[in-house]
Amino acid sequence: MNPAVTFPQPSRRVLPGFGLSLGFTLTYLSIIVLIPLAAAFLKTAGMSWGEFVAAVASPRVLASYRLSFLASMAAGLVDVFFGLIVAWVLVRYSFPGRRIIDALVDLPFALPTAVAGIALTTIYAKHGWVGRWLEPHGIKVAFTEIGVFVALTFIGLPFVVRTLQPVLMELEPEIEEAAASLGASRWKTLTRVILPELTPALLTGFALAFARALGEYGSVVFISGNMPMRTEIVPLLIITKLEQYDYRGATAIAVVMLVASFLMLLLINLLQKWSRRYHRV
Amino acid sequence: MKSKNFLLPLLGLALAAASPARTVELLNVSYDPTRELYADFNKAFGAYWKAKTGDTVVVKQSHGGYGKQARSVIDGLPADVVTLALAADIDALSANAKLIPPDWQKRLPQNSTPYTSTIVFLVRKGNPKGIKDWDDLAKPGVSVITPNPKTSGGARWNYLAAWAYAKHRQGGDAAAKKFINALYKNVPVLDSGARGSTTTFVQREIGDVAISWENEAFFVLKEFGSDHYEIVVPSLSILTEPPVTVVDKVVRKKGTAEVARAYLEYLYSEEGQDIVGRNFYRPRSPAAVAKYAKVFPQLELVTIDSEFGGWARAQQTHFADGGIFDEIYTKK
Repeated sequence: MNPAVTFPQPSRRVLPGFGLSLGFTLTYLSIIVLIPLAAAFLKTAGMSWGEFVAAVASPRVLASYRLSFLASMAAGLVDVFFGLIVAWVLVRYSFPGRRIIDALVDLPFALPTAVAGIALTTIYAKHGWVGRWLEPHGIKVAFTEIGVFVALTFIGLPFVVRTLQPVLMELEPEIEEAAASLGASRWKTLTRVILPELTPALLTGFALAFARALGEYGSVVFISGNMPMRTEIVPLLIITKLEQYDYRGATAIAVVMLVASFLMLLLINLLQKWSRRYHRV
Repeated sequence: MKSKNFLLPLLGLALAAASPARTVELLNVSYDPTRELYADFNKAFGAYWKAKTGDTVVVKQSHGGYGKQARSVIDGLPADVVTLALAADIDALSANAKLIPPDWQKRLPQNSTPYTSTIVFLVRKGNPKGIKDWDDLAKPGVSVITPNPKTSGGARWNYLAAWAYAKHRQGGDAAAKKFINALYKNVPVLDSGARGSTTTFVQREIGDVAISWENEAFFVLKEFGSDHYEIVVPSLSILTEPPVTVVDKVVRKKGTAEVARAYLEYLYSEEGQDIVGRNFYRPRSPAAVAKYAKVFPQLELVTIDSEFGGWARAQQTHFADGGIFDEIYTKK
C-alpha cells in the first residue's frame, strides 16, 4: 500500500455506521462466544487453588496436554506443507478432474468426525488396507500416538488449502517470470518471491488447523485407543471427568486449554502481522 | 372477549371427544445395548395398554453411552422413565438435580432391577488361547479387550467382576489389586464405550478375548455368527443390575405418572419377563428363569452391594481420579 494515499481522518468514512456495527459485533460475540466461555471460568472460580491444581496437573492430565499439543502442532505443520502443494496444484494447473479434487478437499470439513475416526481406524488397524502393510515392519498407527497425529492431519488439511487458494490466485505468474528473467534461480524464486507472499496465509492456515486439532474429539477417540498416560487427548479427559459428574474438574481442564490455545493463537496472529510487515517493505 | 367465550366450550368438546382414545407419549432414556430389548417390549406394552385403557402409547427411545444419558436427563431431557446400566447414574439424577427421591431404588421389586445380566468372555471360535476363567486373562501373551472404566459404565462392571474373582479365588484385596494390574497390562486398547469394544474385537480382529456383558455377547453371536465366536462363562462373576425408575419431576409435569409406572411394572409381568429372556437378559420371575434355564448357565455371582458396599463406595475406591484404576497406569 502506498502511504501517500491513506485517509488520515477516521471520522470521514464513506460508509456510515461504525458505532452501530461495532455494537452489533460486540453483542454478537458476547452471546455466541464470550458468555459460554465466561460460564466455564465461573464454574472453576468455585474451586480452591489446591483443587484446581489437582484437577489440571495430575500426571494423566499432563501427559494428555503433551500429546494434544504436540500431535496438533505436528499435524498443523504437515498440513501446511502438503496443503501448500495441493493448493498450488489446484490453482496453477488445469487438468481433467480438477474440480472433483477441489471438492474432495472439503470433505474433512463436512464428514462427521466419528465417521472419519472409524474409517481411519479400519484402514490403519492390524488387518486394514494400510495397516496390514505397515504392521510387519513394526509400524503401528492405530491405537498409538501416530494414529492421533494421522486423524488430526486429516481434519486439518482443508483449513490450509482453503486459506492458501485465494492468495495463490492473486499471486500472478508474471511475478515469477519476472524473477526468472532477472536471473533468479528456481530455488531463489521460490524462497525469495513466492514464499514471502504466502507466509501470512500459511500462518493463518496453520493456526486454524492447529486450533481445530486441539479441540478435536470425535475422530481421535476411535483411533487413539485411549490408553492412560499414552494416547489420551485432553478432550477425552474432559469427557472422563464429566462421566464422573465432576463438572468443575472438567471445566478446570477446559479453562487451561482455553487460556493456552488463546495465547498460542494470539502469538501466531502477532507473528503473522510481523511477517506481513517484514516482507512487504 | 367474545371469541374466547366461543372457543372455550369448543375446546372442552374437543378434549371430551379425544379422551376415550388418547395418545400418550413416553420417553425412555436408556443405554446402548438395550436397543433390541425395548424395541420388543414397547410393542408388547403398547398392545397391553391399549387393551386395558384404550389409549395409544408411543414410547420414544433414547440410547447412548450411559453417563451421557444420565447427564442429558439432569440437563433437562424430559425422560418419563430411565433404564440405565448402573444405580450410580440414577443416583446422580437424585443427587445432582433432585428429579427423583433418594430412596428411588426401593420403589420397585428387587432393587428396581427387573432384569439382570452378568459378565462373561467372548473368544474366537475354537478358543485358541484356551481361556477358561479369569486367571487366564492375566497370563502373558493374552490380549484382552475391555472399554475404559472411566468413561464406560459397562466397563466398571467388567473390572469389578475381575476384582471379585481374584478376591475370592486368590486371597483378598491385595491379590485382587495385583491381578487387576496384570489383567490391564494385557489390554491394548481402551475404547470409550462397550459397543466400541465390541467393534474392536469383532471388526478389527484385535484381542484374544473380550470381556463383555452376557447379553452383549449373545448379541454378537446372533449378529456376527456363532461360527466365529464362542462365549466362555467364568466360574465366578458379578450380577449386573441395570435399574429402572420413573422420573417423578417429569411425569408430574407431563401428567404421565400412571402410564410410566405401569410401563415399568409391566417389565415384571410374565410377558415382560419373557421378552427380557428372549433378548438375552436374565429374567427375575421363576417361570421365565425356568424357561430360559438352558440359555443362561449357572455360575457363582456376587453383587455390588455385598461385595463392594454399593456403587458410591466402589466408585470412590476404584474409579475416581487417583483411585485404584488410575494407579495401574500412573504408578511405575
